[in-house]
Amino acid sequence: MIALERRPTPSRVWAWASPLVAVGLTLVAGGIMFAFLGTDPLEAMRTIFWDPVFGEFAFYFRGQLLVKAGPLILIAVGLALGFRAGIWNIGAEGQYIVGALCGAAAGLAFYPAETRLIFPLMVVCGALGGFAWAMIPALLRIRFGTNEILVSLMLVYVAQNILASAAVSWLRNPDATGFPGSRNLSRWEASANPELIAGTGAHWGVVAALIAVVFAHILLTRHLMGFQIKLTGAAPRAAAFAGVRPARLVVFCMGLAGVLAGMAGLFEVTGPAGQISIDFASGYGFTAIIVAFLGRLNPVGILLAGLLMALTYVGGDAAATNLGLPASAISAFQGMLLFFLLAVDVMTNFRLRVKRRDRRAPAPSPVVEAAE
Amino acid sequence: MTALLTIEGLTKAYPGVVANSDVSMQVAEGGVHALLGENGAGKSTLVKAIYGLVRPDAGRMTLGGRSYAPSEPREARAAGVAMVFQHFSLFEALSVAENVGLGMENPPPLRDLARRISEVSRTYGLPLDPGRRVGDLSAGERQRVEIVRCLLQDPRLLIMDEPTSVLTPQEVDTLFSTLRKLSAEGTAILYISHKLEEIRALCDAATILRGGKVVGECDPRTTSAAELAERMVGMTLTQPKGRGPEPDGVLLRVTGLSLPPASQFGTPLRDIGFVLRAGEVLGIGGVAGNGQDELLGALSGERPSAKGTVMLGGTDLSRAGPTLRRQAGLLTAPEERLGHAAAPDMSLTENAAMTGAARKGMLRRGFLDWGRAKLFAQDVIDAFDVRTPGPHVAARALSGGNLQKFVIGREVLQDPKVLVVNQPTWGVDAAAAAAIRQALLDLAAQGAGVIVISQDLEELLQISDRFAALNEGRLGAPVPAQDLTVERIGLMLGGAHDMEVAHV
Repeated sequence: MIALERRPTPSRVWAWASPLVAVGLTLVAGGIMFAFLGTDPLEAMRTIFWDPVFGEFAFYFRGQLLVKAGPLILIAVGLALGFRAGIWNIGAEGQYIVGALCGAAAGLAFYPAETRLIFPLMVVCGALGGFAWAMIPALLRIRFGTNEILVSLMLVYVAQNILASAAVSWLRNPDATGFPGSRNLSRWEASANPELIAGTGAHWGVVAALIAVVFAHILLTRHLMGFQIKLTGAAPRAAAFAGVRPARLVVFCMGLAGVLAGMAGLFEVTGPAGQISIDFASGYGFTAIIVAFLGRLNPVGILLAGLLMALTYVGGDAAATNLGLPASAISAFQGMLLFFLLAVDVMTNFRLRVKRRDRRAPAPSPVVEAAE
Repeated sequence: MTALLTIEGLTKAYPGVVANSDVSMQVAEGGVHALLGENGAGKSTLVKAIYGLVRPDAGRMTLGGRSYAPSEPREARAAGVAMVFQHFSLFEALSVAENVGLGMENPPPLRDLARRISEVSRTYGLPLDPGRRVGDLSAGERQRVEIVRCLLQDPRLLIMDEPTSVLTPQEVDTLFSTLRKLSAEGTAILYISHKLEEIRALCDAATILRGGKVVGECDPRTTSAAELAERMVGMTLTQPKGRGPEPDGVLLRVTGLSLPPASQFGTPLRDIGFVLRAGEVLGIGGVAGNGQDELLGALSGERPSAKGTVMLGGTDLSRAGPTLRRQAGLLTAPEERLGHAAAPDMSLTENAAMTGAARKGMLRRGFLDWGRAKLFAQDVIDAFDVRTPGPHVAARALSGGNLQKFVIGREVLQDPKVLVVNQPTWGVDAAAAAAIRQALLDLAAQGAGVIVISQDLEELLQISDRFAALNEGRLGAPVPAQDLTVERIGLMLGGAHDMEVAHV
């Protein structure tokens, strides 16, 4: 019989090895799934993981990598701080949308002025928009004890509807005909968020993501606020005893996540997406949750996880086009990654032990366990 | 009456402490036998040996004339021994019948089981609906589930560990009539408690344990509560001690402190008032669940109270949180080590920073100096002889006694003006307990005020200058410890006050 036995101290080796093992298991299980779909697993893996970086069309894909990884990392860093403290903001997608809308609206109010101040103003407004959207679940939780998981998730759907109305009515480009959407922000110099180094895909959002990683890393390892975040997640009662004020922590974590998600939305709408349109929201806010956990809620880990996830996105797209794999198979493949990560994560705090089956001593009843 | 269970010369030692030393006793068939003793007297170890959870080092037991040495609870149950624990082990999301079934070796189909539960609960006057979800039940009803689970095995001996600590007076009445009925039908009951009046009302024999040894047997029906208390505590403990400077200036003044219960099973604090002087140890005694946790929470700042209720020197700290109180010099150490006083999964360094950050200069403009935190953790480890490989170790890897030394040491070494500790030596071996008590006395000798909340009467008498009893959230007037007679303690703790609790 195999039993799980609690480790006295969490294993450092497994803390770092579990993401690697999880990736390995995902490759195996994903390969089996692709084989069942009639695709050569090795071919699929090569298309997803190798070609985008080293293949024939890598010059195109490499740029896409940072374009995808930037917002994922930016959002995931904010979410991870909350997750560390047991604050489950899963509505980053909504904060991302509202941030993009607020920032775009603030910029478009000055159209067609040409001044360098417009873009920074839009970034600030994007951050504030995300912050405000995140404050709704935060304040409801503090004041009324509502569940922030539900409220933040529901607000995603509200945001999506606001996005749709913006695209077709109040932010719609008055000079354009055809498919409804706002003016193109990436082609208006005052609001454009261009590629900073040609061919890399790095725009201001990528810079912001890197800053966020460094900032969050210092916060968590050196600052009292970061310590309080970790303490609250590890032992809420001990945190209260230590003097952590839960309400302040909720506002900080939700607020920061909202700010970062809102900025991610703004950088996206002014750069790669270019305009507010009905299909602007592409699920970064949800995928970032996977990235946060894949990165073990650790800012540096999130940086790597974001790149890996971007690779599965870019490579997955390529696989869908070149190999005819259905898009849902790619989603399932990404889901496997999270599943295996969480499963393997058990090894950090537990170890496997093979016990000889003793026929005279079956599993103890709950009565006995409680007494020991 | 003939003896059902006989214990001869049972001995069980743990590293550093002998829990049971040469214990011999007999439980009569159909008798209600009390096992009486302070915390740490060895009651739990003894009943765990009877229930097969602990294997004694020496001694022998017989049950119904046959040699009896259970190596696991299953064997004990098969021999007809059942036990209701102080802490319930029930699944809240499941129904009563499902919970009962889970605890059985070969549960019958659920419908039959539900019928049998109804039968048993009717027969013994334990109203219980087998279909209800355990999560919706009161503490008393949950206990009934545990009792019914035991009764379905037709036990010859039923062990009850502190059964009334979570019950309302009405529920206690119901429980007692059930136990009397069982006893009349021939089931022996071993009843563990330190509530003296309960024992006098219910039991027909009593074995008194102190320090792991049997110090007396008596018939509680004809022995006074004061006499029981005296034998439970022993005579040697009442010597007043001369030590330290005379208590002088008032450090902490608590007046009219009232708080509603924090949770469903919490105790409210009712108009608590006392003063604590510099150089003084104030002992607060009481039976578990009479407001100890709540009082600590009100003093630590986890639960703010009305203005003017908690005054340190001239400062009103009633509305201040834990951090402000620490900065002002009011430090606390809660009872629950893992999860309250310390974060189990965090290192000792992090746990040292948890309460020590402000007073030990680990904070600079909001940034933590982990070097200093590590030094402080190492200081605590050295000064309090905490046995651990180093400050990087997770708190949960430490034994209870070592973690307790760390948690107390962390506060003592912060040079508090006032230190409040709850159950400072609970579950700690004798050597560690002595070290902790000495540290508290030394702290008082240096001019700090110390409040020790404890259920260990012996401990309180050893170290307190004044003593007060906490009962149902009310604090009695503190009495100088040298004026205390054993009889008076009996009345304060187990006697007169307990009458209000138990209504027996």
